[in-house]
Amino acid sequence: MKKFVSAVLAGCMALSLAACGNSASSASTASTGGASEGSNGTTVIKIGGIGPVTGAAAVYGNAVKLGAEIAVEEINAKGGIQYEFKFEDDENDAEKSINAYNNLKDWGMQILMGTVTSTPCIAVAAETSADNMFQITPSGSAEDCIATDNAFRVCFSDPEQGTLSAEYISENNLATKIAIIYDSSDVYSSGIHDAFVAKAEELGLEIVCDEKFTSDSNKDFSAQVSKAQSSGADLLFLPIYYNEASLILTRADAVGYEPLVFGCDGLDGLVSVENFDTALAEGVMLMTPFTAAATDEMTTSFVAAYEEKSGGETPNQFAADAYDAIYAIDAAIQKAGVTADMSYSDICDALKTAITEIELDGLTGKGITWDASGAPTKTPAVYIIENGVYVAA
Amino acid sequence: MNLKNISRTTRQNLVTYAIVIVAFAVIQVMSAAGMLSNSLTGQLIPICSYIIMAVSLNLTVGVLGELSLGHAGFMSVGAFSSAFFSVAVGDALPTWLTMILALLIGTAVAGVFGILIGIPVLRLQGDYLAIVTLAFGEIIKNLLNAFYIGIDGSGLHISMKDANALNMDESGRVIIKGAQGITGVNRMSTFTIGFVLVLITLVIVLNLIHSRTGRAIMSIRDNRIAAESVGINVTKYKMIAFTISAALAGMAGALYAHSLATVVAKKFDYNTSILILVFVVVGGMGNIRGSVIAAAILTVLPELLRSFSDYRMLVYAIVLILMMLFKQSPQIRSFCASVWERLRFGRLQAFFDRKKAQNTKKGA
Repeated sequence: MKKFVSAVLAGCMALSLAACGNSASSASTASTGGASEGSNGTTVIKIGGIGPVTGAAAVYGNAVKLGAEIAVEEINAKGGIQYEFKFEDDENDAEKSINAYNNLKDWGMQILMGTVTSTPCIAVAAETSADNMFQITPSGSAEDCIATDNAFRVCFSDPEQGTLSAEYISENNLATKIAIIYDSSDVYSSGIHDAFVAKAEELGLEIVCDEKFTSDSNKDFSAQVSKAQSSGADLLFLPIYYNEASLILTRADAVGYEPLVFGCDGLDGLVSVENFDTALAEGVMLMTPFTAAATDEMTTSFVAAYEEKSGGETPNQFAADAYDAIYAIDAAIQKAGVTADMSYSDICDALKTAITEIELDGLTGKGITWDASGAPTKTPAVYIIENGVYVAA
Repeated sequence: MNLKNISRTTRQNLVTYAIVIVAFAVIQVMSAAGMLSNSLTGQLIPICSYIIMAVSLNLTVGVLGELSLGHAGFMSVGAFSSAFFSVAVGDALPTWLTMILALLIGTAVAGVFGILIGIPVLRLQGDYLAIVTLAFGEIIKNLLNAFYIGIDGSGLHISMKDANALNMDESGRVIIKGAQGITGVNRMSTFTIGFVLVLITLVIVLNLIHSRTGRAIMSIRDNRIAAESVGINVTKYKMIAFTISAALAGMAGALYAHSLATVVAKKFDYNTSILILVFVVVGGMGNIRGSVIAAAILTVLPELLRSFSDYRMLVYAIVLILMMLFKQSPQIRSFCASVWERLRFGRLQAFFDRKKAQNTKKGA
């Protein structure tokens, strides 16, 4: 009998959770105003989002979700075309991402803003291409993400970041001997690395040390740092995320190695790592299209809105990319004169050409334009960390 | 044909086949009528591959009685070898031939890995297989993450450094791109192929279990010493079961790989192995029909729970616990049994009685 009672209690718990879940989701749809539901004959355009909001990559998915929600709320508040935004979890898994995509299609999605991470994005792009659904990924940076003609991207691709970094280092004569430490098990990191190495060779930069680690061995960097030190490199290129970078900087400090450190947008967030002596981040250069420390009005108002919505978190580049993605969709929709009663295939055909005709002043760059390949054209900005804040280099 | 004359096991097997075939027919009809949601349509192929995975793992865990914690490793090997083949071939062969060859290659390569692992490990007694398969899954994942393989006019180029180190000529194509895996896989898998493969798997596994070989395998599980004492070659039968299990997992991997446009090694990690093991345990060790049903339900369940938003995985866990409780609870079991009896004797018996009455009438 005890077992039966416990089963019933567990059932009650599940039901009460169901109530929580439902109330949360109904609250989010209520923000779209009194628009009627249904995929056809409505006044709202339904935008779907996909990304990991659980699991190891949850920080990126949550950032994109919040960034996009802020943009949708702002546009809806202005009046005019109204949007409804729904975000589904994919746990950074290609199969679950397809499931999320199909789920959103059942909901009546007309435009896809996603997916957040590269591998699911490649899988979903194959589906959207077959369905002819317009897709713009905020942060899917692998080249294959936008291989189909219906898919566009807001961020730089990984190889572009590597090429641009090498060009910047060469143009500004930052160094002649370069050491690299990168994560070979990560698509983002190895993508930047490969392009950087190829471009550096072309530009005559000497790579004296090329060390890698994997996600299973990302806690102890003493071997890589001492190799970089003994190679005599005066610049350490870190195309990795900030958590590992903070460990590498700590290790370099311990052995008295003080190279110039250069990184990409993954390093954004370095100064806010917990238990990390931010003094070590002084002088670190990073090339990133967005930083929350910028002082222009658009960034400050976005950061304020994000902090309020997330309970005090600082937005990262992913949130900014998502924000720009929604504004790009809005701009293209106005350009093409898309209305809510159009089918997703018609919307896709209209937006495919319209997006190449717009110019967007967004958080991640001024005057962003797209070409038919799906890649954005924008200028990267390089920042130096001075006294714990980013200063344009 | 009189149902009563068929042996009990054959009847049970026929019920299993019937469930799968009826499910296929119902889904086809619903799909044709447009009653199927996009969400479910998209999951049909993954469901088929998970069913094959669960049934094949059940052969190792439930029938052979050895624990395997790296079944996703075999799936990974099958997925990568078959996807490598189909991407390398491209459009050179007709699609159906590419698909069949890809499935065969995936199956064969995973089977070879099964033999390689089985040779040293299955000679031992105890839990060694669990440890070695666990390591195998992780090693395969990390190896595939590190490999860059490209193809050009002069043949294959392999590197463990990066794509630049392949030194290919102009016509070169990188097929396996390290952590990025294989992209641009032709999505040739269909639900019908998946259904046929599920049936093939069931025929192989069910026939094996109820054959002389299967009885030998089960005798090893129940009492190894007794089995040896009657002259059963323990290692040989363990190898047979384990290799078939690995090969079927490779087939599932090949099916799975061709349902998505991209294959990455990270997908086939420890968590996936445990997920498959959960299907087997929830469905019942050694119960093939249970594995089929559990794999199908537990694959669809997380999608049905999407309305719970943030609490989705929590609810999933609770549902799993509830299922285990319900399966074990004697009250529930006796309740289900009594309902079943009533149904059987109420409806079926009445049906058969009527039939019998008609027959006798005709005879008279």
